[in-house]
Amino acid sequence: MRKDDLYINKIDWVTILIYALLVIIGWINIYAAVYDEQVAKSIFDFSINSGKQLVWIGTAVVLITLIMVADYRLFDNLSWVLYGFFILILLLTPFLGKEINGQRAWFEIGAFRLQPAEFAKFATALALAKYMERPSVDLTNLEFQLRTVAIVLLPVALIMLQPDTGTAMVYSAFFIMLYREGMPQRYYVLGLSVVTISLLALAIENNLYLVGGIIVLTVILILLGKKDWKRIVTLSGLALLVIAYSYSLDYVVSKLPPHQQNRIMVLFNPDIDPLGVGWNVTQSKIAIGSGGFFGKGYLEGTQTKFDFVPEQHTDFIFCTLGEEFGWMGSLVVVFLFVSLLIRLVFLAERQKTRFARVYGYCVISLILFHFMINIAMTIGLFPVVGIPLPFFSYGGSSLWSFTILLFIFIKLDSHRIQLLGRMG
Amino acid sequence: MEEKRPIIIISIIILIGIVLLTKLFMIQVADDSFLKRAERNAVQRLVDHPYRGLVYDRNERILVYNNPVFDLMLIPKEFTVQDTAKFCELFQIDKEELVLKYEAAKAYSWVKPSPLIKQISTKDFARIQDYLIDYPGLLVLTRSVRSYPQPRAANVLGYIGEINARQLDRDTLEYYRQGDYIGLSGLESAYEDILRGTKGAKYKLVNVRGIDKGAFKNGEYDTASIAGRNITSTLDLELQEYGENLMAGKRGSVVAIEPKTGEILSFISAPFYDPNLLAGANFSKNFGLLNNDPDLPLFNRPIMATYPPGSIFKVVQSLVGLQEGILTPNTTFSCNRSLVKCHNHPNPVNLFGAIKYSCNPYYHQAYRSILNQNLSTNTYKDTELGLTKWRDAVMKFGLGGPLGVDMNNEKGGSIPSKQLYDRVYGEGRWKYSNIYSLSIGQGEMMVTPLQMANLAAIFANKGYFYTPHLIKAVDGDSTKIPIEYQTKREVGIDAHHFDLVQDAMAEALYGTAARAIIKDITIAGKTGTAQNPHGEDHSVFVAFAPKEDPKIAIAVYVENAGWGGRAAASTASLMIEKYLRGHVTRPALEDYVIKGLFIY
Repeated sequence: MRKDDLYINKIDWVTILIYALLVIIGWINIYAAVYDEQVAKSIFDFSINSGKQLVWIGTAVVLITLIMVADYRLFDNLSWVLYGFFILILLLTPFLGKEINGQRAWFEIGAFRLQPAEFAKFATALALAKYMERPSVDLTNLEFQLRTVAIVLLPVALIMLQPDTGTAMVYSAFFIMLYREGMPQRYYVLGLSVVTISLLALAIENNLYLVGGIIVLTVILILLGKKDWKRIVTLSGLALLVIAYSYSLDYVVSKLPPHQQNRIMVLFNPDIDPLGVGWNVTQSKIAIGSGGFFGKGYLEGTQTKFDFVPEQHTDFIFCTLGEEFGWMGSLVVVFLFVSLLIRLVFLAERQKTRFARVYGYCVISLILFHFMINIAMTIGLFPVVGIPLPFFSYGGSSLWSFTILLFIFIKLDSHRIQLLGRMG
Repeated sequence: MEEKRPIIIISIIILIGIVLLTKLFMIQVADDSFLKRAERNAVQRLVDHPYRGLVYDRNERILVYNNPVFDLMLIPKEFTVQDTAKFCELFQIDKEELVLKYEAAKAYSWVKPSPLIKQISTKDFARIQDYLIDYPGLLVLTRSVRSYPQPRAANVLGYIGEINARQLDRDTLEYYRQGDYIGLSGLESAYEDILRGTKGAKYKLVNVRGIDKGAFKNGEYDTASIAGRNITSTLDLELQEYGENLMAGKRGSVVAIEPKTGEILSFISAPFYDPNLLAGANFSKNFGLLNNDPDLPLFNRPIMATYPPGSIFKVVQSLVGLQEGILTPNTTFSCNRSLVKCHNHPNPVNLFGAIKYSCNPYYHQAYRSILNQNLSTNTYKDTELGLTKWRDAVMKFGLGGPLGVDMNNEKGGSIPSKQLYDRVYGEGRWKYSNIYSLSIGQGEMMVTPLQMANLAAIFANKGYFYTPHLIKAVDGDSTKIPIEYQTKREVGIDAHHFDLVQDAMAEALYGTAARAIIKDITIAGKTGTAQNPHGEDHSVFVAFAPKEDPKIAIAVYVENAGWGGRAAASTASLMIEKYLRGHVTRPALEDYVIKGLFIY
């Protein structure tokens, strides 16, 4: 038997190694976040979150094993079933879920709480892959664009009912996959422009500066290009539209309830309300910023373990890392995530089937989105939205769902040759 | 086209990584303000307040000590009471007040202690101590307040209180914090640096709810407090008590000085108050009452009240005249009452007689000789030159400016200068006839009772004095007192000129203050009357004794008591006997002073 024929050698161990490193570093930091010197408990103590996380990690390993020994055709075949199942669950969640902080996003099963919206992500990814596997699906065609987006929007709509805006927002990540699969570039240019103009309109206090900038830019564009009337009229109309949009945005924001206004404005000026809305961002930046180059040392941090940073073991886990391991720690973790994502792009591109590639890009999209938004929010680059850092944050739902998400792809990748044969 | 897209996606992933790491570098490495803010968050500085130094009198009797008091604190989270009525009775607190305090504590913090009852005395604390265990959420903090076993010398000892904003601004070393106690008057203020000690600090970690999380860096930066040093005052508590009893019900000042050292033996500002009133829980209330009292008990008369020196100043005039050679013991002037009014006495008189009989016309003429020495042919110019020279000589007696006693707000009185008269009359437009009142210690001339007592010390010492002071030793070491109180100050008059003055003052008693005479103790004294445009004149007497070897110099002011020979001289005489003999042999005189109604 040739070495290549061993199944174990077909698995991408690089990805698994990075995964393992992230999970372990996360677990170590969860212990630091909840560590209390006065009642020093072991990292394995099940009464504290690091002990509980160990249970989640252990069960995640069981899940990995199950995925790896399962028939690779299972995921392909069950795509629609899983999607349907989770849509049903999401339908029930607003009625059966336990109310926490005004949201009904969690199911309580004994001592454990599970968040269906987390698991719906991989089901949605499978459904997208299954749908786009059809040779007829062409994303340059409006009909297929709408159908694809509908697959994404169905769970989003249901999650908004809970309501869990943060998790719902995550589903926009699928546009990264759609980009790879041929969604026209103009949508992205338009989307980025809208975001940029919105940010500028909100960040610049005096809209007259923005208007001036737009006019200057329009004039330059007109002078640079062909000087025909049609083009000049189009550009001028566009400029007027942008100006109108930025004014209407200010108007809309001013009509929002004050706490939501603050949540947006705190991004541009964290000192607006340092004890209220600004508290999380301010304390989070203090914790990370006080870490310096090498950090304060493991378990030596004060900001996270003394509860200055809220949610320090879940959504704000990056603070513990930043405080105790400094910029070097941040560098290592950011490097691991970037490496993982690039490795996954590489894996996705070597897939022989569109099903596996689409699914791979879904995994990339979700991890990238979580990684970017979570860290950006802890350092004040993005408004605070409650989404975890993949593999890192405390919590079973998050760890399980990302593990399942990732390992289904590793499983598919290990069978890429067979998949092709089956399709063929 | 789609082949480029994976590359674009990888580029975006890398770009995101770079943006995050750059921002992280900016806040973690390039900006150290977050580190400071983190410490401000989590490191709490707990001040260890030092024990304030004690104050003793010259005979090691305690004047000021620290009395422990107890603050009962309440932690809302743990506090529960079943029987509110019983609780209120036990802790002597109104139900409404309890509810109010509880709500205030809750508003401040659910888990941190807030004061419920402040400054419970040791006695009351003993009563409630055993019941504390029945009520969870109560906590006792021990503090100390200043306490005075004898309620005497309030204005000398002063009081402490919370530091005010202005003092905080002046504290460039940033030793004090808002809410710290600081000496606000008297010795507490003058020797704040000695008495206060040095605060210690403990740095501990706290979580977001302020709950103790252990020492910061294992107590590496902690410092212990250093107790304040004790001071010994120059006061003689027994003499002070005696004097305060004599002055009870009167307005005025008594200052007694040990001439050879400048140590203030007794310093009385009447009316006085119990210093315990300004210590402890009722400071604000009592301060308000004292501050609004029409008799001004907080007004420190011996150093803040100024009066014209009156006849007693004639002694200074005599000495200046003798020193300059203008007067000799044989200089005689007639008692010419057309110049200034006088009373009946033999006429004419020489210098001895002038002091003895306090002859006004004599000094009118003598002072003219002192001022107009024909240094200029212009009378106006001549007077100017004379006044300036005379003023220099008089200022050396510690007049015309604060002496520098160790209490704040000392007034200096005034000795008029050429500039003053130039302002009043115009330059070159005044001469002796405009200012002759100065000759008999009237006119534009003011002194404090302390300066008067110091004059008596100068007469006793025959020409020198030590700046009057209230500190005798620091931690029992007399060399630790400020150097200015160990420095002799000469007044520029030859010692032999004082012989005649001392003899005349001793003689004067028989004429003007017979009540002051003590058998077997020779007192040299001089009565005075400080003119009071608002009512009855103030009674003044200065003296020292025994004349042969002076141990005490004294000035007594009794306001609105009229002629100095009565109230003031009697009080001074009793003080002298008390100090020199330890007891008083003249109960009738004592009675006269104590019962005398000298306030009109």
